[in-house]
Amino acid sequence: MNEKIPVLQLRHITKRFGDKVIANDDVSMDAYKGEILALLGENGSGKTTLMNMLSGIYFPDEGEIFVNGKAVSINDPRDAFDLGIGMIHQHFKLIDVMSAAENITLGLSKEGKLNLKQTAQKINEICEKYGFEVDPNQKIYNMSVSQKQTVEIVKVLYRGADILILDEPTAVLTPQETDKLFKVLRNMKEDGKTIIIITHKMHEVLDISDRVAILRKGKYICDYETKQTSAQILTDAMVGHTVSLNIERPEPVNPKIRISVQNLTIRDKDGIVKIDDVSFDAYSGEVLGIAGIAGSGQKELLEAIAGLQPVEKGTIEYVDEDGFRENLLGKDPMEIANMGVSLSFVPEDRLGMGLVGNMDLTDNMMLRSFRKGKSIFADRKTPHDLAEHVVEELDVNTPNVATPVRKLSGGNVQKILVGREIANAPKVLLTAYAVRGLDINSSYTIYDLINKQKKSGVAVVYVGEDLDVLLELCDKILVLCGGKVSGLIYGKDADKATVGLMMTKVGGGDADE
Amino acid sequence: MFNFLVQFIPRAVVQGVPLMYGCVGETITEKSGNLNLGTPGIMYVGGICGVIGAFFYENAVGNNMNPFLGVFIPLMCTLIGSLLMGLIYSFLTVTLRANQNVTGLALTTFGIGIGNFFGGSLIKISGADVPSIVLSRTSKLFSATIPGASKLGAIGEVLFSYSTMVYVAILFAILAALIISKTRVGLNLRSVGESPATADAAGINVEKYKYFATCIGAMVSGLGGLFYVMGYASGIWSNDAFGDRGWLALALVIFTIWRPGHSIWASIIFGGLFILHNYIPTGVNLANKELYKIIPYLATIIILIITSVRNKRENQPPESLGLSYFREDR
Repeated sequence: MNEKIPVLQLRHITKRFGDKVIANDDVSMDAYKGEILALLGENGSGKTTLMNMLSGIYFPDEGEIFVNGKAVSINDPRDAFDLGIGMIHQHFKLIDVMSAAENITLGLSKEGKLNLKQTAQKINEICEKYGFEVDPNQKIYNMSVSQKQTVEIVKVLYRGADILILDEPTAVLTPQETDKLFKVLRNMKEDGKTIIIITHKMHEVLDISDRVAILRKGKYICDYETKQTSAQILTDAMVGHTVSLNIERPEPVNPKIRISVQNLTIRDKDGIVKIDDVSFDAYSGEVLGIAGIAGSGQKELLEAIAGLQPVEKGTIEYVDEDGFRENLLGKDPMEIANMGVSLSFVPEDRLGMGLVGNMDLTDNMMLRSFRKGKSIFADRKTPHDLAEHVVEELDVNTPNVATPVRKLSGGNVQKILVGREIANAPKVLLTAYAVRGLDINSSYTIYDLINKQKKSGVAVVYVGEDLDVLLELCDKILVLCGGKVSGLIYGKDADKATVGLMMTKVGGGDADE
Repeated sequence: MFNFLVQFIPRAVVQGVPLMYGCVGETITEKSGNLNLGTPGIMYVGGICGVIGAFFYENAVGNNMNPFLGVFIPLMCTLIGSLLMGLIYSFLTVTLRANQNVTGLALTTFGIGIGNFFGGSLIKISGADVPSIVLSRTSKLFSATIPGASKLGAIGEVLFSYSTMVYVAILFAILAALIISKTRVGLNLRSVGESPATADAAGINVEKYKYFATCIGAMVSGLGGLFYVMGYASGIWSNDAFGDRGWLALALVIFTIWRPGHSIWASIIFGGLFILHNYIPTGVNLANKELYKIIPYLATIIILIITSVRNKRENQPPESLGLSYFREDR
């Protein structure tokens, strides 16, 4: 590629939500033919909003968009297709009860009759060309996350897109699936397509992209050739000041067993075994990481400890300072929480568990404390103070504590959730996906919080998806695979490839299965 | 027994056809994600509008009725009346994004109120001494049957003895089933009901589909009201005689697991269950009769239990049924 041809040019794009929120402020940038451009920025820096204006979900308040040199107006998603722009959203836009072929052909109106055979044929051609695997007749609800994503990409290609936008495509993939995706993206690049990828994972940016563009607080900052930059430069540009990229891992001080799980087996409502004969101990002053492909039983395991999940077999014991063991099974969640076991689970949609979107910060703090207080009226003063405290301590970006949580950006929501759980001064802190979808700066705030808890002698159980972080943050890592313990390794000695293998095969060996 | 069935089935069919119209119309609506609980009101309005048209046409021309106009005028009145009801619902829920349940229930109350108001007015105008309007001439036009069917014996009686609107209902059900499952329009419609955000991102005009599905659905449902008066009740309108049929049509949508094709046999079964109490000797105790009347609802509950237990994804209601959609919602 000797000469760069700009296929997409944005000029002075501004988008406001309401009067106060400016999501994009005078953004001008270009994307060239046959390149992979990474779009980097903190949560709420306006990356997704900017891309949604290209895909026709939003319409810019000011500014112009040029495609192949021509000024265009993208009023709705159909305009975007016609211009060859396709976006793969973070939350897949697929219809569960329909097959892959039906989803892919959706909304195309060339002929009245539905010719799924022809569609399937064309899908297979696309798959062969770029190296996908899609069964056109498989229903979406039978698919894994990675398969669904493949369908999304094929859908966009089927519509003849030349500019593909991927919004955090790797957030839900295992390392192996990510590699597969990147291989396909490179194939598409070779074919002359332009790919814009939004991601928070710095090593992926460095791995896949040709060029990096950085947004900060809605403004376009600069761009770098990926070859000539480093994680540190990019992070500093993104945050606006220098950030230390090392996760601390203080040595555990005087670790003692806090939670002891023996031979735990859990079945879900449909009778499927979610946790199969799992045993482990969590020590005070230690961070125990739990690694596994999404849906390997992490959620069920944490819920069982918190008393939210019925257990088929096994024991879960809480061990106090004096070594006295108490069985947690059969206790209700309230009793367990009062013993100092605290659960903060950040689900995929962030608000699903733990916080109520329509309630303000104070009310959400009250969810933990509403039973306290002596009079028949609820005590609003204490939770209000707590909310103020959390906002200040964790630097939550909110107009005030009376703002509904729903209106805050994802990172701030998570800070509130984690902040509330920590404020309870727990003995055991269970967190799942605490940094899910968070930008690098907010993530580090959360890691600091976790380390602070660890130093004060809390037993932390950390379920995470980013292996790099697990390896740096955790003292020990318990790897789950299909509900079974695949292995327990020390954070210091572990390497990513081993853990990745263990996640897909019990024991990590390649002999059986 | 055979004679009983030959006698019973045609009655069940005639009972079932208003439900079939209501069910097919509501299924089309629900496929777009609009849960229109206004269907009982829409069917009622459909009925009274037909009655209004027929009443004034009969009074205007006396005995010289033109058969075409005699059918066409009530038919158009019904279609326009129920279209307006569908438009009210669509405007409130799609454009203004009002709560669908509240809007639907209000529409039912409104529709029944409208029907009873105009029904009462017409009764007053006609000066009848019984509280009903008789439109037997129009009804006769609507009840034209296939000539020679009665000569075919039992088969003719069970299969070919009905008026045109019965066959039209079956035709609608088949057409709706084919369009929903076999065409691009149907695929797009289903996607709007399952996940409007997905449909929108795929370039489908969600508002247009919701409007069209709701209005067409309302018109089809309204025909059920017209058939009830002209086909089933021999042209006699009395206030509130339509009864629970609108709610039964809504139950039937669930019973048929959102498949209009199934509504053909299911509505006939419902019709049969609805009149079964007339054929079961209950003696003088009317309380027993009332108990038998709940059979159709029991059948619906049983179907709901079965589909929930089997938990097959294809048998579930459209996923975004009852929810409003706004593209820039965050």
